[in-house]
Amino acid sequence: MGLGLFHRHRGATPYLLLAPGMLWLAAFFLVPLGFLAYQSLESGSIIAGFGYAFTWAWSNYSSAVRGYTGEFERSFEYAGLATVIALVVSYPVAYWIAFRGGRWKNLLLLFIVAPFFVTYLIRTLAWQTILSDHGLVVRLLTDIHLISPGGRVLATGTAVVAGITYNFLPFMALPLYVSLEQIDQTLIEAAEDLYASKWRAFLRVTFPLSLPGVVAGTLLTFIPAAGDFINAQLLGSPTSHMIGNVIQSKFLGLQDYPAAAAMSFILMAIILALVLVYARVVGTEKLTG
Amino acid sequence: MTVEAAVPPEAPAATEYDIRLIGLTKRFDDVVAVDGISLDIDRGKFFALLGPSGCGKTTTLRMIGGFEEPTEGRIELGGVDVAPLPPYKRDVNTVFQSYALFPHLTIFENVAFGLRRRGVKGGDLRRRVGESLELVGLAGLERRKPRQLSGGQQQRIALARALVNRPRVLLLDEPLGALDLKLRKEMQLELKRIQADVGITFVHVTHDQEEAMTMADGIVIMNGGRIEQLGTPSELYERPRTPFVAGFLGVSNLLEGTAVAGDRVKLADGTEVQCPHEVLGGRTGTVQIGVRPEKLRIGGDAGNSLSGTIAESAYIGVSTQYIVETPAGPVTVYVQNDRPGGQVATGERLTLSWSPESTFVVDALEGSS
Ligand SMILES: Nc1ncnc2c1ncn2[C@@H]1O[C@H](COP(=O)(O)OP(=O)(O)O)[C@@H](O)[C@H]1O
Ligand SMILES: [Mg+2]
Repeated sequence: MGLGLFHRHRGATPYLLLAPGMLWLAAFFLVPLGFLAYQSLESGSIIAGFGYAFTWAWSNYSSAVRGYTGEFERSFEYAGLATVIALVVSYPVAYWIAFRGGRWKNLLLLFIVAPFFVTYLIRTLAWQTILSDHGLVVRLLTDIHLISPGGRVLATGTAVVAGITYNFLPFMALPLYVSLEQIDQTLIEAAEDLYASKWRAFLRVTFPLSLPGVVAGTLLTFIPAAGDFINAQLLGSPTSHMIGNVIQSKFLGLQDYPAAAAMSFILMAIILALVLVYARVVGTEKLTG
Repeated sequence: MTVEAAVPPEAPAATEYDIRLIGLTKRFDDVVAVDGISLDIDRGKFFALLGPSGCGKTTTLRMIGGFEEPTEGRIELGGVDVAPLPPYKRDVNTVFQSYALFPHLTIFENVAFGLRRRGVKGGDLRRRVGESLELVGLAGLERRKPRQLSGGQQQRIALARALVNRPRVLLLDEPLGALDLKLRKEMQLELKRIQADVGITFVHVTHDQEEAMTMADGIVIMNGGRIEQLGTPSELYERPRTPFVAGFLGVSNLLEGTAVAGDRVKLADGTEVQCPHEVLGGRTGTVQIGVRPEKLRIGGDAGNSLSGTIAESAYIGVSTQYIVETPAGPVTVYVQNDRPGGQVATGERLTLSWSPESTFVVDALEGSS
């Protein structure tokens, strides 16, 4: 009898534990998402008052794609570039901290997270100063002839990519660190024991074993970066705007909710498709070892 | 494609030693892990490095493998000084205590790892991996991942992965330490068979004296970073030369005395004990004589004798263990239970005897000379 009760409880426990999270997701993610979907199929215009009405207006989707192809493309181009740069920059850093950090590990990790103690907006504004026309970076790049005299960095795509890279770097570095930190050093010794040079041992053992971190880091960087608008707004110009800028201005400026909602859905769908392809290519087999 | 492993060529004049350590020392900050050990290991031998935990066995092995740089001293493999060579250029493979199988690779790829680095490909690669897996009795598991195997199977794969490369020397760091007792016993015999089959020099690190005795042709006993004694299992057991070796390998009775001639020691109570000349080795002053419990007889006169009273006895089936209080100190005796009712009662007086040949001599304990 008591045993039956125990079993029944054990059967229910996982669901009880899941319930708060599920309710939270339902209330604050699924419901708004449904509402957004509904909104994306409304029509009407602000000139006619706030008279949006649900009319299965699929044209919102086609005009979003037609009118803002450039912004969509730029979103993925910038996010992709920033992700690759963040990966290339943070891998050696994470590697060094994980394998050579010794007792300084925690302090070094703190340095990586340190920028997070300052608001996103302020951090990005600081980059305006850093990249400004008479700032240090521009002067340096002019001196080494990477940009012609009078050229600028601020208000270009380069600045936007730099800003995104910087802002999302910790999302890349931390998962990389965690996956590298977990690698048993004996495995690398075993590889060297089996005639692999240091570089071969890295390619055949260390890197494959750090793939879960690479995947987590790239997703955590790429997904929010593709929808970002702060960097393009503060560091770019209208010619380097991303789809996030359009959505933001439609929602908050023009209050063209149906168009903004449709764009959000398109963005979401593309990201989802890319993530699925990515997961396929990298292979779940490799991720689980 | 370049072959990465520049294996030192066979030394022109065939050396009889596979490994030669000369004054090898390793210090970590203020810890002296290995303290000037010199050692020659013959080709094709099963060699054991035996000693208590922390005596520097792993450090010695890691220096031979190239994972730790000696503070002082030389390491020669087949007559070639390997100091400048990184691990991947040494013709040595290691079986790690934790096995260190690559979790992301299949068993086939694990075993093929070393061969691939050396440019072995195609049918040759498949054949050698297959043979190696057969050698350890695990053919057919090629496509599994390491985590799908039991501990014992993983251990065998680690062995196959190292042996497939036919190294000059195989280093094994407590390879059986993680296995349960029954499996460990099986693997001891299995390892010995494999070593005899392949004829590669094995250097087997262990803290288990029984394991070393069962498996090795030669044993070096280490203590505190130094070599205590080197010899065959029977030499070390029959003729230990230091109190540490006498105590570490099996049970010994050690009695203090004074050397009175080249082959005689006078015990504390005045009894004179005979021993072979070479065992006393010219020592004078205070020494300890030793005799193994099973070499003692009750009664009789085998050459050396001592009298005492039985203080304790324990019946353990094949034999009975007695502790006999003698004027020279307590003595443990194992007596075969070769006839029913042969036990002697506690408190009885008796005479113990043993042959001079069974007597060994070790240095007196520090501070008592
Ligand atoms: N990397 C290291 N840093 C500092 N001390 C070490 C290191 N490796 C080993 N030691 C010390 O060296 C001594 C010998 O260790 P080890 O060779 O592992 O012994 P064993 O394998 O015989 O148990 C121990 O006192 C150990 O603490
Ligand atoms: Mg050890």
